[in-house]
Amino acid sequence: MKRLVPLLAGMVLLLSACGRDDLSTLKPQGPVAQEQFNLMKLSISIMALVVVVVFAICIYVLLRFRRRKGDNSIPKQVEGNHKLEIIWTVIPLILLLILGVPTINTVFGLSKDYSNDKDALKVKVTSHQYWWEFEYPDYGITTAQELVVPTGKKVEFELASADVKHSFWIPSIGGKMDTNTGVTNKMYLEFSKEGIFRGKCAELCGPSHSLMDFKAKAVDQASFDRWVSAMKAPAQYAEDSKIKEAFQSKCLSCHAIGETNSGASAPNLTGIGSRETIGGILYNDETPIEDNLKEWITDPNSVKPGATMPSAKDIGLTDEELDGIAKYLANYKLDY
Amino acid sequence: MAAHAHKVKRYHGLLDWLTTVDHKKIGILYLLAGGLFFLVGGLEAILIRIQLIKPMNNFVGADTFNELITMHGTTMIFLAAMPLLFALMNAVIPLQIGARDVAFPFLNALGFWTFFFGGLLLNISWFAGNVPDAGWTSYVPLASPTYNSGHGVDYYVLGLQIAGIGTLLGGVNFMATIINMRAPGMSFMRMPMFAWTIFITSALIVFAFPVLTVGLVALMFDRLFQANFFETASGGSAVLWEHVFWVFGHPEVYILILPAFGVISEVVSTFARKRLFGYSSMVFATVLIAFLGFMVWAHHMFTTGLGPVANALFSIATMLIAVPTGVKVFNWLFTLWGGSIRFTAASMFAIGFIPTFVMGGVTGVMLAVAPADYQYHDTYFVVGHFHYVIVGGLVFSIFAGLHYWWPKMFGRMLNEWIGKLTFWTFFIGFHLTFFVQHFLGLLGMPRRVWTYLPNQGFDTMNLISTIGAFLMGVATIAFLVNVVVTSAKPRNAKADAWEDGRSLEWSIPSPPPEYNFKQLPLVRGFDAWWKEKMEGHTEMTPAEPPGPIHMPSPSFLPLIMSIGLFIAGFGFMYDKLYLAIGGIAVTLFCMFLRSVFDDHGFHIEEEEQEKGVHA
Amino acid sequence: MSAHEIANGQLPHEPEKATLEGRNKVLGFWLFLGAETVLFGTLFSAFLALRHNIGDGPKPSELFELPMVFAATMILLFSSLMSVFAVQAMHRNQVKPMLGWLLITIVLGLAFLGLEIYEFTNYVKEGHRMNTSAFSSSFYTLVGFHGAHVAFGVLWIGLLILQILKKGLTVVTAPKIYVSAIYWHFIDVVWVFIFTVVYLMGKVG
Repeated sequence: MKRLVPLLAGMVLLLSACGRDDLSTLKPQGPVAQEQFNLMKLSISIMALVVVVVFAICIYVLLRFRRRKGDNSIPKQVEGNHKLEIIWTVIPLILLLILGVPTINTVFGLSKDYSNDKDALKVKVTSHQYWWEFEYPDYGITTAQELVVPTGKKVEFELASADVKHSFWIPSIGGKMDTNTGVTNKMYLEFSKEGIFRGKCAELCGPSHSLMDFKAKAVDQASFDRWVSAMKAPAQYAEDSKIKEAFQSKCLSCHAIGETNSGASAPNLTGIGSRETIGGILYNDETPIEDNLKEWITDPNSVKPGATMPSAKDIGLTDEELDGIAKYLANYKLDY
Repeated sequence: MAAHAHKVKRYHGLLDWLTTVDHKKIGILYLLAGGLFFLVGGLEAILIRIQLIKPMNNFVGADTFNELITMHGTTMIFLAAMPLLFALMNAVIPLQIGARDVAFPFLNALGFWTFFFGGLLLNISWFAGNVPDAGWTSYVPLASPTYNSGHGVDYYVLGLQIAGIGTLLGGVNFMATIINMRAPGMSFMRMPMFAWTIFITSALIVFAFPVLTVGLVALMFDRLFQANFFETASGGSAVLWEHVFWVFGHPEVYILILPAFGVISEVVSTFARKRLFGYSSMVFATVLIAFLGFMVWAHHMFTTGLGPVANALFSIATMLIAVPTGVKVFNWLFTLWGGSIRFTAASMFAIGFIPTFVMGGVTGVMLAVAPADYQYHDTYFVVGHFHYVIVGGLVFSIFAGLHYWWPKMFGRMLNEWIGKLTFWTFFIGFHLTFFVQHFLGLLGMPRRVWTYLPNQGFDTMNLISTIGAFLMGVATIAFLVNVVVTSAKPRNAKADAWEDGRSLEWSIPSPPPEYNFKQLPLVRGFDAWWKEKMEGHTEMTPAEPPGPIHMPSPSFLPLIMSIGLFIAGFGFMYDKLYLAIGGIAVTLFCMFLRSVFDDHGFHIEEEEQEKGVHA
Repeated sequence: MSAHEIANGQLPHEPEKATLEGRNKVLGFWLFLGAETVLFGTLFSAFLALRHNIGDGPKPSELFELPMVFAATMILLFSSLMSVFAVQAMHRNQVKPMLGWLLITIVLGLAFLGLEIYEFTNYVKEGHRMNTSAFSSSFYTLVGFHGAHVAFGVLWIGLLILQILKKGLTVVTAPKIYVSAIYWHFIDVVWVFIFTVVYLMGKVG
C-alpha cells in the first residue's frame, strides 16, 4: 500500500504533465526561473536518494524481522554502533555541502541590483487590495494589472505595498518577492520569450487574495517602444459626450486615464481594451470584453469579494451609461 | 505525626474532575479537551477541502474561507496538537521517571484550565460572528486595526495569550519535574527517550513562548490602545511582527515534533523487543535540534526581503538540522533491525511515521534552499510539507502514543482490529490528501486561496486531495468508535500491558493508583523495568520502606483563576473596563488565597493503599 | 517534622531548601525567571528596533530627566540590597530583623513606583503618549512591564510580611521569602538594563 500511493500520485502527475507553460515553476520561461528550477532538480535528486535508501531499509526490516507466531525469543540488545553512526552523520553532511554551495551562489546571484544599469528596464510595483500597479519611472507611465516588458532585458522591480502585505509572483519567470509597507524590496527578472505569463499574489491579503491575478506580457523591443508611445499619447474619450461626462465624473474620481489623474487610488485604465483580462481574472478570450466589463462594473464585489470599487448602483450609473462606458473601454485599444 | 489527622475534603464525580490536581486525571482532561478541539479543527479542514474540491466553487464565501483557514491552523497547533502532547506528557512522564506526581500539581491544573478557557475564548468567536481571519500567523498589516477593524483578531490575540499562560506553566512544571523528581538511580542518561524529549520540549516552551507573549501584547496594544508597534505610518515595523512571530514559531515546530520523536522511540523499541539503538546519539541529536531550532526562524521569511547575507546564513543553518534528524531516523531503523517486530495499531502508526516523516523532512531541506524557496514559498508545496511533518509526524505519533499508552491511562486495551483499520484509512487518506499538494504548489497554486480559476491544471489534484481528507475523517470516526467500544469492555489490562514494556510505567498497575508507586522504585539502569524482568524479577526493587504517602489536596482555585482571565479577556476586547479589572481581580484574589492558606495535603495510610487498585 | 515543630528554634540552616516542595519551588522559580528573561529580551529587541522612530513626538534626549531616573535607579538598587539582608537574616533565623529589611525593601519599591508614575505623567504632558510614535509605544510597553513587575513584587512581599507575622518562619514560608528575593533581584537587574539601554543610550542619541 505504501508504494501504491506515491505511484498513484505519480500517475496523476504524469497526466497533468508539468502544468501550464505560462504558470508552472516546472516549465521555466526565463533565466531566473531556470536557475531556480536547476536548484530544485538538484535538491529533488539528492532527496530522492535519501528517500530511496530509507524506504529500502524500512521495507527490508519489515519483511525480514517480523515476529513469527509463537516466537518468544529475545533479540540481541544492541546499544549502538559507532561506525554506522558516523556514516549517517558524515554522508548527510557531504550531501548538504553539495546542495549548500550552489544555494549560496544563487542567493547572491539573484540578489544583483540592476537599478543603475542603463540597459535594464525599471518598474515600480505597488500592490493594492486586490490589484497591481506598474509604474515605469523612466517613461513616466503607469498601468495596472498587465505588466508589459521587452524580451531579453533585465527588468529591475521595486516592490512596495499601498495597504497590506502582498507577494509578487510570476511562477514561470521567477520566484516571488513580498511587497511590504514602509520598506521597498528589489528583485530582477528576465523574460527571454515573448508571451503572456500568469502572475499571482502569494501572500494572504484578504478575501480576494485568491483572485488577485495579473498578467505579464513580454513583447519584442520595437513593440514595447510602440506601447510606450501609445501609453503617452493623449487620452481617448468616448465620442458620446453624455458617456464621456459620466465617465469623467463617476469613474475618473478614482481611476486614471492617460495623463489625467495620475497618482489615482484606482487602476489606470489607459488602453484597457487591449488587455487580456478584466480585473485580472475575467478572460476576454473566453467572454467578450464588453460583457466582462459590464459584469465587473455592475458589481465588482460579486467578482472579487472585498474589492473597494463601488457598484454601478452605488455611484448612480444608469444602464445606458454602463453600456456606453463598457463599449467605450472595450474599444480603447493601444496599437503596439 | 499530628498532620496525619488533617482531613481534606475530597470530591466525587464531576467536582472531582474540576478540582483534581492528579497528573493522570489532568492528562485525561487534556486528552478530552485536545480531542474536542481536534474534531473542531478537523471539521474546519473538511470544509476547506470541500470548498476546494472544484474550481470557482462557492460552497463557503471568501470571508468565511479565510476564517476557516485561520481557525483551522490556530486550533490545530495550539488547541489540539499541543494539548494532546500535554495529555501524553501528563499521563506518562511522572510514571516513567518514577515520581508520585509532577513538581507543581496545582500549577498543572492551572495550566490545563487556562489552556481550556483560552481555547474556549478563541472558539467563541464563531458565535460572536467575529472570527479571526488573518491566518494563523496573523501577519500585520492585515491583522492591524486599520485593515481588520472587527473583533476577530482580538479573539486570536486574547485567546492565545490566555492559552499560552497555560502552556508556559506546563513547560516550567515539566522541566522542574524531570530535574528534581526522578526516582533514586534514574540518572539523566538512564531516562527513557520520551522523558528526554519532553524535557527538551519543555525547555523550548520556556524559552520560546514568552516571545509570543510579547508579540501578542504588542499586537493587542496596537489594536486596543492605538499603539504603533506595527503601524508603518507612525514609525512601526510590520516586518518586526514577522520576526517576533517566527522567533517563537520555529521553536514551536520543534516543541511539537520532539515529543513525537520520543513517542516513536518508545513504541518502536517496545514492539521490536529491542533496546533503542544509539541512545546517547539520540539524546545528543534531540538537544542539537532544539538548539538549532532557535537560529533558523528567518527561513520562513526568505521572500520578505532580508537580503542575500541573511538568506544564505539561514539557508545553511536550516539544512544543518537535517543531520541530527537523519541520525534519529537511522537509529529507529536500526532499532527495528534485528528485532522481533510485532504489528499492533500502535507500532503500525510508529512504523508508518518513519517513511512519512522522512518525506516531510526532505521537502524541508528543499525549502531551505532559499532561491528555490522563492518559488515554493506560500504555495501548496509548503502546505504539503508542513502537513507531512505535523500530521504525518506529530498526529501519527499521537495516535501511536494513544494506542500504546491507552491501557496505562484507562486500564483497557483498545480494539486492535479497529485500531488497524484506523491506521490504514488514516495512512492512505493522509498521503492522498497531501502528496499531491506538493505538485499543486509547483504548478503555481498559492496557499490560502479561497478558490482557483479552471484550466490551470489544478482541478484533478484538488479533487484527489479532498477525497483523501474525507478518508482521514473516516479514520478519526473509526478511532472514536474504538474508544466507545473499548469503554464498554471490562477494565482488565495487565500492568505490563504489551508484555514487552521497558520503562517504569509498565511496572505498576494499569491504571496506576492515585499515588503511582507504593514505594518509589530503585532504578538500576537504562530500560529499568526491562532490566528487572530480564533478571527474573517480577517487580522493581523498592528504594524506600512502605509508609503513608503524602498527597496534595484538590482545589477549585485553578478553575476559578482561569475563569477570571476568561472574563477579563472579554472585558479588554469589548472595552468594558469593569469586566477586565473584575476578571483580573478574581485571578489575583485566588492567588492571594493560594498564598495565604497553606495546602497541607493529606496522607494515604498503608492500609488504604490497596483500595481500588487493579492488579 | 511538621511545620510548627521546626518553627520552635530548630529551623535548618537553609530552610528554603529543607523540603522537596521548597527545592521544587526554588528551581521552578529560576526556570520561570528564564522565561521572564526571554520576555524582557523580546521587549528590549522591539524597543531597539523602533527607538529611532519618534514621529512628531519629543526626542528622547529632550524628554528624559536623567537625575530623577538616576535617583530611581539608586532606590531600586538599595531596595535589592535590603532584600539580600532579609534573606541573610532568614538564614540566621532572625525573624524580626528579616521583617524589618523586607519592610524597607517594599517602601523603597513604592518610592520607585512613585517616581515612575510622576515621570510618566510628565512625559504625557510633554506630548509623549502611548500612541505618539513607535518609540513611545515600545518605551511605555517595556518600562511599563517593568513597573508592573515592581508593583506586583511590592504587593507580593507585603503579603509575605503579613504571612510571616501570622505563621512565623517555617519550611513552608521560608521558600516564599527566598523566591521573592530572587524575583526582586531579577527586576532590579532588568532595571539596570533599562537604565542603560533606554535612558543612557537615549540621552546619547
